[in-house]
Amino acid sequence: MRDWARQGAARTARIAAGAPFARGKVVAASDLAPFLEAVLRPGDRVCLEGDNQKQADVLADALAEVDPGVIHDLHMVQSGIVLPSHLDVFEKGIARRLDYSYSGPQAARIARMLYGGQIELGAVHTYLELFARYFIDLTPQVALIAAVSADRDGNLYTGPNTEDTPTVVEATSFKDGLVVAQVDRIVDRVPRVDIPGDRVHFVVEAGKPFYVEPLFTRDPGAITETQILTAMLAIKGLYAPYGIRRLNHGIGFNTAAIELLLPTYGEKLGLRGKVCTHWALNPHPTLIPAIEAGWVEQIHCFGSEVGMDDYIAARPDIYFTGADGSLRSNRAFCQTAGLYACDLFIGSTLQIDLAGHSSTVTTNRIAGFGGAPNMGSDPRGRRHPSEPWLKAGAEADPDTLAPLRRGRKLVVQIGETFGDGNVPLFVERLDALALAEKLDLPLAPVMVYGDDVTHIVTEEGIANLLLCRNADEREQAIRGVAGYTEIGRRRDAGMVTRLRERGVIRRPEDLGIDPLDADRSLLAARSIKDLALASGGLYRPPSQFRNW
Amino acid sequence: MERLSYTLDAPIPAGGTKPRAIVGIVASGNLEVLLERVLAPDRCTVEIATAAHGFGEVWAAVVADFVARRGAGGLRIAINDGGARPDTVALRLAQGARLIAGDAP
Repeated sequence: MRDWARQGAARTARIAAGAPFARGKVVAASDLAPFLEAVLRPGDRVCLEGDNQKQADVLADALAEVDPGVIHDLHMVQSGIVLPSHLDVFEKGIARRLDYSYSGPQAARIARMLYGGQIELGAVHTYLELFARYFIDLTPQVALIAAVSADRDGNLYTGPNTEDTPTVVEATSFKDGLVVAQVDRIVDRVPRVDIPGDRVHFVVEAGKPFYVEPLFTRDPGAITETQILTAMLAIKGLYAPYGIRRLNHGIGFNTAAIELLLPTYGEKLGLRGKVCTHWALNPHPTLIPAIEAGWVEQIHCFGSEVGMDDYIAARPDIYFTGADGSLRSNRAFCQTAGLYACDLFIGSTLQIDLAGHSSTVTTNRIAGFGGAPNMGSDPRGRRHPSEPWLKAGAEADPDTLAPLRRGRKLVVQIGETFGDGNVPLFVERLDALALAEKLDLPLAPVMVYGDDVTHIVTEEGIANLLLCRNADEREQAIRGVAGYTEIGRRRDAGMVTRLRERGVIRRPEDLGIDPLDADRSLLAARSIKDLALASGGLYRPPSQFRNW
Repeated sequence: MERLSYTLDAPIPAGGTKPRAIVGIVASGNLEVLLERVLAPDRCTVEIATAAHGFGEVWAAVVADFVARRGAGGLRIAINDGGARPDTVALRLAQGARLIAGDAP
């Protein structure tokens, strides 16, 4: 007779093994390493909550301290490899296999460890893809998560950085896995219940807030004239003609420049209320001037941003907030929103090849993916029409009967033709291919596939790939905005001229933009201090961004 | 320090009558451009002192485009470069041409 409840029994056994370290559900921080040795099993699939922003740092440090003779061969399934301890567990032989999404802050070390064979890589996923696999074939047996506070029943308050937690807990707890939460403090009553206590088995009082990366703060003081020019091109050459109301911005100085140009340049073009009203976006400080000027109707957030809590709480008509007044973010929902309900994604990358594929992998750095691959892909499951989606679909496929024609999401890569240290943005061959060969991966980690990209914006102009009818035109359209890079200098000048005549390539002057007007005086805020002032003092920049 | 020098036929004479103009600053990733109206109106010379080596081909392309598109005839241009990107170089040259033509701040 088959036992149909082995997983539940296994969880009961884990809880029993952890109970000697706990009073009720509460485990003392000083007992964490032996506690983890008691509840974990070799070979477990473990989600150590490392999100894009918030980190279960105390649990991560404790996991890195367990005895690899007792706990080994763990399979880590987490979206972010952010803290040094996330990799220490591999170095020490506690963990062996990794499935993840993003590794920006550990890009150099993870590259060394992958090349050195210290990590057995499953795959580098997009966020939604990894979350999806939590429910199909990468369900965690143990989740080590982070929240702000808990009550004695294990009800959790995540505060503004809810991020991945509901998704991780849903997959783990309802499939008989064990959930352990670190919190800053245990309270009698949590301000709001973000995770119900019956899904949480143990709670650790860390006595300090979890670590958060301020990932989305861009200092307006560092925005260049060229970035301002690309922002002008995007606003006048894309947002205005397509009527982009629903969108997502990646991180980067080009998109920060767009945000800061809305109340100035955008206002002059008469676009307020016509573009940029509904967003899937983290709480970017650089959007404050546009919000204050009445551009934005609402924003749903993947996570929060350091210093933005008071501003968000004071603008509940704009943001999603809970009964306690603070932001409720949710990465899985916001990624879904960005995928299905936004008409445009615009972001930057490190390399673009002649087919339009882009990647942030370079020879020595493997940053994984942030939100870009989901945001920057055309959702084949979309069925609702909108003006930009239909217009882009018609440009790509003018011959199909309109009611049977798929629309297209606008996926825009924006950047200067040369990046830091005069490194060209455009390349013959992505470094991601060399990585795939070296690690014997069946897939190169491509961030945005060329067939999803609709436009490339550089200081030289806009290439509209929707209007290209074959691979040759596509290549020349890309070369035609590649500036003085080797890719750009090797263009077929005649073909580029013809593409420009057809509007496939549009130069600043074709759009009535004088590059000499791209001046920092156009920025609605020119410093972090300006942003704080624009918020009425509600935005409190983290100390590393303060110079006053 | 690498020194580069270009002499070009200039189809568009520099506007205005100002004898000289200077834009930009010598700093990392930036450059200083000095423009002097001392040549025949169909000639332009560009002399570059740059901290970044091996970008001669890029400089030649940036300078040729500038002279073809902007009023550069009659100008002797001296550049002190702190490793600026080509887009910044092109922008500063255009700013210099506008400044010497006298229709800019």
